[in-house]
Amino acid sequence: MMSGTVVDSSSPTAAAPDDISGSVLELDEDEDLEVFSKDTNFMDGSSLNTSMQTSPGSMVNQYKFEEEEEQSDTKDIFVTVDNPESHVTAIETFITYRVLTKTTRSEFDSSEYEVRRRYQDFFWLKCKLEEAHPTLIVPPLPEKFVMKGMVERFNNDFIETRKKALHKFLNRIADHPILSCSEDFKVFLTAQAWELASHKKQGPGFLSRMGDTVRAVAATVRGVRNRPEEFNAIQDYVEAFSQKMTSMDKITQRIIKEQKEYLEEMKECGPIYTLWSGSEEELVEPLKMMASCLDRCCRDSEEHTQYLSSNLLPILHEYVLSTETLKAVLRRRDNIQAEFEAKNEALATKKTDSEALKEEIDKLEDKLEWANNTLKGDWSRWQKSMRSDLKAAFTYTAEKNMEYYEKCLAVWESFLLSQRTEASEGGDRDES
Amino acid sequence: MKCACATNYNTVRMMADTGSEEIAVIGNTDLTPSELENNIKNTMVEKGTTLLKRMEISVAEAEKRTGKNAVSMQETYTVYLIETRAVDAASEGANPAPDSLWRRYSEFELLRNYLLVTYPFVVVPPLPEKRAEFVWHKLSADNMDPDFVERRRVGLENFLLRVASHPVLSNDNIFYSFLTQEQSWKEVVFETGFQAKADSRLKALNATFRVKNPDKRFAEMKHYGDELQSVISQLLRVRARVADRLYGVYKVHGNYGRVFSEWSAIEKEMGDGLQSAGHHMDAYAASVDDILEEEEHYADQLKEYLFYTEALRAVCRKHELCQFELEMAAQDLTSKKQQREELATGTVRTFSLKGMTSKLFGQETPEQREAKLKTLETQIEDGEEMVKEKNAECEEFVKNAWVDIERFKEQKDRDLKEALISYAIMQISMCKKGIQVWSNAKECFSKM
Repeated sequence: MMSGTVVDSSSPTAAAPDDISGSVLELDEDEDLEVFSKDTNFMDGSSLNTSMQTSPGSMVNQYKFEEEEEQSDTKDIFVTVDNPESHVTAIETFITYRVLTKTTRSEFDSSEYEVRRRYQDFFWLKCKLEEAHPTLIVPPLPEKFVMKGMVERFNNDFIETRKKALHKFLNRIADHPILSCSEDFKVFLTAQAWELASHKKQGPGFLSRMGDTVRAVAATVRGVRNRPEEFNAIQDYVEAFSQKMTSMDKITQRIIKEQKEYLEEMKECGPIYTLWSGSEEELVEPLKMMASCLDRCCRDSEEHTQYLSSNLLPILHEYVLSTETLKAVLRRRDNIQAEFEAKNEALATKKTDSEALKEEIDKLEDKLEWANNTLKGDWSRWQKSMRSDLKAAFTYTAEKNMEYYEKCLAVWESFLLSQRTEASEGGDRDES
Repeated sequence: MKCACATNYNTVRMMADTGSEEIAVIGNTDLTPSELENNIKNTMVEKGTTLLKRMEISVAEAEKRTGKNAVSMQETYTVYLIETRAVDAASEGANPAPDSLWRRYSEFELLRNYLLVTYPFVVVPPLPEKRAEFVWHKLSADNMDPDFVERRRVGLENFLLRVASHPVLSNDNIFYSFLTQEQSWKEVVFETGFQAKADSRLKALNATFRVKNPDKRFAEMKHYGDELQSVISQLLRVRARVADRLYGVYKVHGNYGRVFSEWSAIEKEMGDGLQSAGHHMDAYAASVDDILEEEEHYADQLKEYLFYTEALRAVCRKHELCQFELEMAAQDLTSKKQQREELATGTVRTFSLKGMTSKLFGQETPEQREAKLKTLETQIEDGEEMVKEKNAECEEFVKNAWVDIERFKEQKDRDLKEALISYAIMQISMCKKGIQVWSNAKECFSKM
């Protein structure tokens, strides 16, 4: 739980929460490795109809980071997404997911909540958070639309992937010192369906939202004059990073595809050796053993590919999506600056009404300073998060690769052993 | 055994010739002076030892040559250097330079065809493939490709070593000359007259005929040969596809190398870790080339036995041919004996055109009948001789062929088991390399 006051985003004059960067999320390397291995098991357990472990203890390992190393566990809110269910109405078919929350936070009336949410609801939450915190980096949602049409949407793999991504989304919010305190987040986690619907209707109306949009568009057109250098640097970085992540995503998909095709061909080898053994006398045992070894290697390969699909690929994909968020955040910051600059210019030209305008400009200046600081703080947090996430993902991938090869090695060594044993039983044979 | 006349005297002679002539070479000390000159040793090989025990043989190199072929067109071909050295000479401490000569693939083919014809009861070792088959797409199917040439060199050496270690084949003069006589070897081969035998053998082996009482063992062996051929072909086809796919998996990882490298340029803390991890990804991608080259060796071992099945089938066919000729001879003898009986007793037991016509157009005179009977008697005598000969040939063939088939079976079991073991060793090596690379990468990641 973050120390200090909860920042109210509606009052831009509040002190800049510069302790965001202070609450460095110190990720212990070993803990992270544990996170992923347990994470997998955890997620596998929460498939379509199994009941999952819901004890806080098991949730601890989900997405854990420590603010201070002395405190073992400061996380006080645990969210899981599971149990996708299909709903059919006259108009549409859609999927809802169970969202389970366990918390000790005082803002929550109860310590446990269970609600069902559909993708629309998650999307609503994301929009609200972005509205409330335009220069905070809200975690990415899995894609809204699927290109390939209806059939894909209800494909088991697709649902499973989306479910995991939604789970990640909520957990990243829960771990964010500011975002997790959002009222909308609380409502999302706790409200029953009708309550949520009614809550959604509140807040800035359609017209006021339109007004915001118009201003935003106008700002974009105007453009920013003097973007601070550090934000230029961030922009350049995001651009390049986006490209790299997209490549990594594509490459990983390609590797998975190639491995699957390799497996398909490999699967044909074992049966041929078995067939062959049927024609032989002396060679029956080695040939059968060969077939068995190849089958075992195939199973190992299948497991390995499964890991890549369900673990490495989603994290890479998430970071591809997050670059879109980053670009949006930078744009919003730019808009705030542009608005400020525009008013400033207006002041220079106007002679009358300068007092009211000056006050407005002061407000905008504060807003800009606050926006810049929150962005800088969250950017630093995002970077650390990115580094540790990807480092962990790549490290674990390397380990999985090693594991795969170690398994195959054991298989083939067992083959050699069986042949040598046979030989020594059978009599003299040169051991080369 | 029934008696009948032989239908094909040429075949008989061939059998008789090959039966006696070549086997007589073993232990034959009647050598012409020129043959003596060509020998390293003055005494010929005793029955039972092989050339390989006295002589080191290798196919050391391959070279490209250009020249004019039979139709005066310019062609490029490869020649292989055969080196030989007496084993004793080396152990005497002198270590002299080996004798050597160059041979083309076509000359190897000529040698093999000669051996096939001359020793039909032997499962003659095969040559490496003429054209690259069962290749996966990155491996060249071009005969001039250096990797193909190299694998062929190894295959040709293997062929020579197998012949030189064969209890029967290794004692053949023509083989010996192939290894040692640079000039006019081709002429010497053609002088043996094997070409004519080759043609008739080819015709006979390709003819369709049905044998009433084949030796069960040969029929089983032929069936086994077919099964082995089928299963190895399937294996080679699948292996080629697997190799293709494996290549793809490894090479795509090279892209990780490229992206890591580019990515490291925009990172501070992660830069070094990414950069060095990228190098390991490149190394991983590159390692597949060696892996697949080793795998090719396994494929070559399988291919050798794929081609061996042809030789095995040929021996079984030869048995069938012998058996068929014996049965034909026996059948002919039976029918002649029947004719004699009919002629002698005047009864027609079976329908024959002669019988009918004589009934229609009147009986023959006693003198005519006597003459006929006499002819028949002679023919029957000859026929009985023929059947005896054929029977002996068949038995001899079966005896010799079965000895070689047993030898082949043992060799095959040994070799293929070794091949499977070496495949496993290769896989282990590949796994170890994989573990190493990813362990290195992991270390780099941990420094990110």
